[in-house]
Amino acid sequence: MTTPPATPPATAGPTFPPGTFSPRPGGGSPGRMLAAQAGTEMRLALRNGEQVLLTLLIPVVLLVGLSTVDVVPLPEPRIAAVAPGVLALAVMSTAFTGQAIALGFDRRYGVVRRLAATALPRWLLVAGRLAAVLGVVALQMVLLGGLAAGLGWRPEPAGLGWALLLVVLGCAAFGALGILLGGTLRAEIVLAVANLVWFLLLVGGGIAIPLDRLPGPLAAAGAVLPSGALAEGLRETLTTGAVPDPGPVLVLLGWTVVAAAVAVRAVRLR
Amino acid sequence: MSSSPPAVSVRGLVKRYGRTTAVDGLDLDLAAGQVLALLGPNGAGKTTTVEVCEGFVTADAGEVRVLGVDPAGAPDTLRARIGVMPQGGGAYPGVRAAEMLRLVAACSAHPLDVGWLSAVLGLDSCARTPYKRLSGGQQQRLALACAVVGRPELVFLDEPTAGMDPQGRRLVWELIGALRRDGVAVLLTTHLMEEAEELADQVVIVDHGRVVAQGSPVALTATTEQQELRFRARAGMDVAGLAAALPAGYGADEPIAGRYVVRGRIDPGVLSTITGWCAEQGALADDVQVARRSLEDVFLELTGRELRS
Repeated sequence: MTTPPATPPATAGPTFPPGTFSPRPGGGSPGRMLAAQAGTEMRLALRNGEQVLLTLLIPVVLLVGLSTVDVVPLPEPRIAAVAPGVLALAVMSTAFTGQAIALGFDRRYGVVRRLAATALPRWLLVAGRLAAVLGVVALQMVLLGGLAAGLGWRPEPAGLGWALLLVVLGCAAFGALGILLGGTLRAEIVLAVANLVWFLLLVGGGIAIPLDRLPGPLAAAGAVLPSGALAEGLRETLTTGAVPDPGPVLVLLGWTVVAAAVAVRAVRLR
Repeated sequence: MSSSPPAVSVRGLVKRYGRTTAVDGLDLDLAAGQVLALLGPNGAGKTTTVEVCEGFVTADAGEVRVLGVDPAGAPDTLRARIGVMPQGGGAYPGVRAAEMLRLVAACSAHPLDVGWLSAVLGLDSCARTPYKRLSGGQQQRLALACAVVGRPELVFLDEPTAGMDPQGRRLVWELIGALRRDGVAVLLTTHLMEEAEELADQVVIVDHGRVVAQGSPVALTATTEQQELRFRARAGMDVAGLAAALPAGYGADEPIAGRYVVRGRIDPGVLSTITGWCAEQGALADDVQVARRSLEDVFLELTGRELRS
């Protein structure tokens, strides 16, 4: 059955009745603006195929693959070393790589300028992006943590709260680096650099392979990288339940402070 | 405040990028509730001027007040009161048109009805299309919707009809007319003389970062002594001879081979002098037209005819 064509718009009466645009200016409430921006960006991240590949599919494949196939030498139970690394990977994928690429193209398409031209103050513009990152990371933690539990992972309950703190610190460090990268370079270059760094840190930065299994110099370098700090911090606290060492915490804080300080000066709206 | 300050007041604005001076001592006044068209060739400094007024670019010199506010000093205060349509729009590449408009609407306290605005601007058919796949005209209409949805006091429109079809352009003109009627001040930039003539209370022609002329469209194209007559005839006739045959103060020109222009007040006596002179040259004046100057003529006279990058 064919539907009749839509009725053409009525031609009687003005398109814009008098008083339609009578000024009534004013900014939205900060809470509403934050929710609207973070909600939009989170939906966009979950709708974008390449982002989902990066933030969910690859971590799932690595979680299952590394814990069941003996490609990397790991102590038993393998899942105890793999799961915290995959959670760190999830944080890096969303807060750094996904965020940098999205920001690079958002600038290209003028959306950062577009939003800055509304009543959204600059701090909310950044807060909205970070809230969207936290939302996606929360989803990743639930899905990947649940899958790991299904694969036999039994983290130390006392470490869960500390792990959450490390994840938030990891989001801050990787998020600041992602904003710095995505906010300063051309979109195509951001795409290349963000993916390359992601791959290098995955393999040699303490995520897929624990630092103590890496050659000495690489292990030493990995410990001061945000990837190594986050992955090792998570492995430690989720295995033993102990308070994280100051080392990883300080490394993550240091990257956050430095990247944020540079970003404040260097980031361009377009 | 009892009396409203001018919507825009710019004095001696200077902006340099490296060695290039984009804006070079520009003055601008837009009264509350009026429409001002900033007209000029590419690279004249229109967009830079607008971006200074929006608080995105800081001036090197000069004083700028927008709704009484210093845009560089208090951009957040100002942006809650203005609407902005940046050149080329702006949205997330993957966002749907309706989603983007809802987001911008959420940033204002009393937005217009998003569904209604989408419908009148013809965005319903593409409400679920990602921004990067919208046509140029659809992107422009979305950008316009984003500029007015927050019910601002003042709207900046940077080339609002670029890339639009004639229907879209008419709709935008109607919308700008409605903004003015409802007391919203509008500062628009355009290349289109017709647009400036149709919409603006005040036209400011800029070139090389300076104001070269300003006034109402009628004043700028005032016909008093400035009429012109155009005709076609054999190419290469002696225009100096034609000018000499006319009373003092008249000018004659052959801008394109075989097309002649006579400037000055055109009366039957002048017309007969011209046709008589042509006959003496053994030529027939064809396609004779008397016209007042268009804004385009004024514009080209002031800014020259060579192409700008």
